[in-house]
Order: sequence, then structure tokens, then C-alpha cells
Amino acid sequence: MEYKITFKDYQQGLEEGKFIGVKCTSCNETIFPPAAVCRECGSTDLAPAELKGEGTLRTFTVIRVAPEGRRPPYVVAMAELDEGPWAMGNLIEMNPEDADMNLIGKRVRLGSHPVKGDTYSSDDIRVITFTLNAY
Amino acid sequence: MREVAILGVAMTKFGVSEKTNLEMFAEAGLEAIARSNLEPKDMEALFFGNCLGDFEEGQLHMAPFAHAELGLPVSSPATRFESACATATVATRHAALLVGAGVYDVVIAGGTERATKMGTPLATRTFAMACQAQHESAAGITFPGVFAMATHMYSHKYDIPLKNLKRHMADVAVKNHFHGSMNPKAHFQKKIDAETVLGGMMVADPLQLFDCCPFSDGASALVVAEAGKAKDLMKNPIFFAGMGQGSNGPLYIQKDLTRIRAREASALQAYKQAGVGPQDIDVIELHDCFTIAEILALEGLGIYDFGTAYDAATKGETALHGKKVIVNPSGGLKAKGHPIGATGAAQITEVVEQLRGESGLRQVDGARIGLVDTLGGDFGTICNIILRS
Repeated sequence: MEYKITFKDYQQGLEEGKFIGVKCTSCNETIFPPAAVCRECGSTDLAPAELKGEGTLRTFTVIRVAPEGRRPPYVVAMAELDEGPWAMGNLIEMNPEDADMNLIGKRVRLGSHPVKGDTYSSDDIRVITFTLNAY
Repeated sequence: MREVAILGVAMTKFGVSEKTNLEMFAEAGLEAIARSNLEPKDMEALFFGNCLGDFEEGQLHMAPFAHAELGLPVSSPATRFESACATATVATRHAALLVGAGVYDVVIAGGTERATKMGTPLATRTFAMACQAQHESAAGITFPGVFAMATHMYSHKYDIPLKNLKRHMADVAVKNHFHGSMNPKAHFQKKIDAETVLGGMMVADPLQLFDCCPFSDGASALVVAEAGKAKDLMKNPIFFAGMGQGSNGPLYIQKDLTRIRAREASALQAYKQAGVGPQDIDVIELHDCFTIAEILALEGLGIYDFGTAYDAATKGETALHGKKVIVNPSGGLKAKGHPIGATGAAQITEVVEQLRGESGLRQVDGARIGLVDTLGGDFGTICNIILRS
């Protein structure tokens, strides 16, 4: 059973500004980031699907004690995408000191930024970013 | 399945240790074996927990070395379990399952961790390896960050102003440090007040230093045996009444961080097997790696309705001599400490000693049924064990 969209395909999409997941042809569930199995109905009959890259911020934190190699403060957040899936990423283009409960429920636009690999993860990875629509 | 019991239990003092992972584990293990009126050669298998030995000491494949350190026979296999912070509970569950199935009659389970050796930046990095590598750790999430996101979501979902919620969370820390002050094995044995919690440095908004458990060193172990044999060896074996375990994927699949579905599934299995409900539990050792984590656990275990456990500590319902159920009399991960690979076995050790009436100043009067709850990773693993005297 092969992945319709691999992590590499997904990463390539992010680099081109596209948000590529898969859609279940049995129950219509959208899965992002892509997976091999529909989490809703268990089907493996999935087709590539491009998401529009917009959603609503559901929670966040400001990391002030960071893992080795990271420079705090920075914001990690989770957003519910308009197609249904949730994503974790970094809320950018805002001052972390301004992050407060008012962020929850705000509309966000998705993007991505590269994160350098470290001793334990040699690959550079593109990570989802969120930008507040008002900016 | 055959009835299964716990014989001897033991833990090292938790804190900062100069001893190696193997030395700590052997000290706890040999004590547990001696208290069972048995010898190392009687152990038919070792269910060994360790998470980060490779980063702490450059040691992978620690199980056979722990086996040698204890002096077990070559015919007794040693297997390493790794389920992040739930490691030793998962190891113990599998020990009990295989004894219950009749594969073994007497085995030893437990774990060891030497987390302080890494220092905070590397420890924060390696702990975050228990989040999904490509989509979560790469975003720079940390464990305090995971529970911080859950805190914000809890405040929003139940419409409890963050300031009020944090005040109640501080009372969880105060309670568990109060319990820890009576535990000579605890990492922290000092009482604190809410102002100390609310004045601590910010780790991951809104969690401050005293909302977080420490990195700790320590080991814990216990002997598991078929019930008939256990009764021959010891006057007060403690019996496995029910067990459960659930698994879940990354947080973006879990979505609602106030509802840890793996716990709800795990607890249901354990209650069902034990034939008891949340109202029957006398003492609980649960996974309070952060203050909010105790609140989430109390709800997920069905002790409180969802959205209502946030002020349990403030109302004195969960403290020693409290009105509802005694939660974390050992001091919990918060004050007793959290050497991740050993934590679950230490929780079991506390509940076993409580059910035997051996807990001294922090004894829960008349405790007959106890519940262990351990969470691994970003809510990816939950393991529950219900014990009875």
C-alpha cells in the first residue's frame, strides 16, 4: 500500500506555497498533513487534495524555555483549517509579547518556513506558519 | 486470566543523583526482591523501563545490563519498554498480562532515569522528541508548551478567565508540595504557597516554573507474581483489579486538548475489568507533570465532570484528609519528582504502600482501592492500573 502523497511531496508543496493533503473518496474527510488511512472511516482510498490555507486559531503558547538550538520567545499554535483538519505551527509576524487569549478564534492564513535540522534530525523541515489576517 | 498480585515495591530517593542508571535501578530492584522474600534468581523475566539512556549516558539496550546488575539468570529475558513518561506503568501492565496469561509466575518490573545529567536545553530537546518529529517537534513545541496550549483551550472552552484558572492551578502545586513535604523520597520536600507559584518565571505561557514538575533522577521497581504464589510469600500482597491502556496520535489529530481520549478509553477498560467506578477509588496517583495536567486527569478519569475539576484543589477536595478523593499523596510528579522511565513504578509503589497502610504521615485512612494514571508523550499513551488490598 503506497502513500498517495508522501511527506516529501507535502514538503515540496509547502515550498511552492501549496497545502497538499488527501481526501477520502469514501467519506469525503480531508486529511492534512497527508496520511495513508482515513482517520474517519479507515479507508485507504484517498486522493490528493489541495487545501486553501485558511483557518481559525484554536490555541497557542509562547515558548520561553526552548529546546537546545532554538531561540525563544516564539509562538506555537494550533488552528482548525476550513476544510476540517487541524494543524500545528508557528504564529509569525507578530510580537510574542502581544500573544494573549484574544488570539483564540482569530482567522489565520497558512504559510511555511524552513527549520534547520540539528544533530538529532539531519533534515531541514518546512513547518506550517500562521499569520493573522488583520496584518 | 489468572489473578495477579504485587509483592515487594521500592524506589530510590528522587532528585539529583550521582549514581548511574544501572546503580539506581539495581538498588530499587534488589530492595523490591528482598521485600518479596525472594532472590534475584527467582525472577523469570525483567520488564525494564528507560527513556533517554542514550542521551544521558550514551547507553542503548540497557535492559540486559540491568538484568546483569540484578544478577538474574540468563534464561530470564530482559526487555526494554519506552512509552515516554508512561514507560514503567506500561512495563508493569505487560508484566501483569504475561503473569496473568501463565507465561511466568514471578517477574520484576520498573524503570530508571537520570534526566538531570542532560541539563535543561538538552533535556527539553530530548523530551520534545516524544512529540511527532516532522509536524510537532519541528515547530519547536516543548512539553510545557503542550500543556500550556491545553490550559489556554480549557480557559476558553469553559469560559474561566485565565487569571482565575491560574490561581486554581497554583493550588494544585501547593497541595502536591504539601504532600511531598511528608515524603522522605520526594525530590522537593518543602511546602510552597500560591504566591510562589504565581511569581515564578514563565516557561511556556501561561505555565510558570512551579506549574511544572522537575527533571529528576531516580529508579523504582516492583515484583509481580501469580496471586496464589504471592499469598504464600507475603501476608499482604496487593492485587491487580483492572488495567487499561490507550494510544493516540499527534495533537493535531486529537484537536480538543481538554479531552484526552486515550485516557478516557484506558480508564474505561480498567474500571470495567475491576468492576468498580470512579466513586469507589480511595487514593489516586495521577500524572500531574503540570498543574493543569492534574485537572485534566481528574476529569478524564471520571472523578469530576468535564469542566469542573479546576477548583478541586482550591476547595480542599483532593488533599490529604480532603472531602472527595486523595490525589497524589506522594507529592505527585510535581513534588516527588519525575524521572520519566521510573515514574509509573513509583506511582504504583505509592499506591501499594497506601493500600498496605505503610505511608506514615501521608497515609490515606482506610484506603482499599487505588488508581494509577500515567500519561506518555503529548497525550499519545495513557496507562491505568487499579489495585486493591
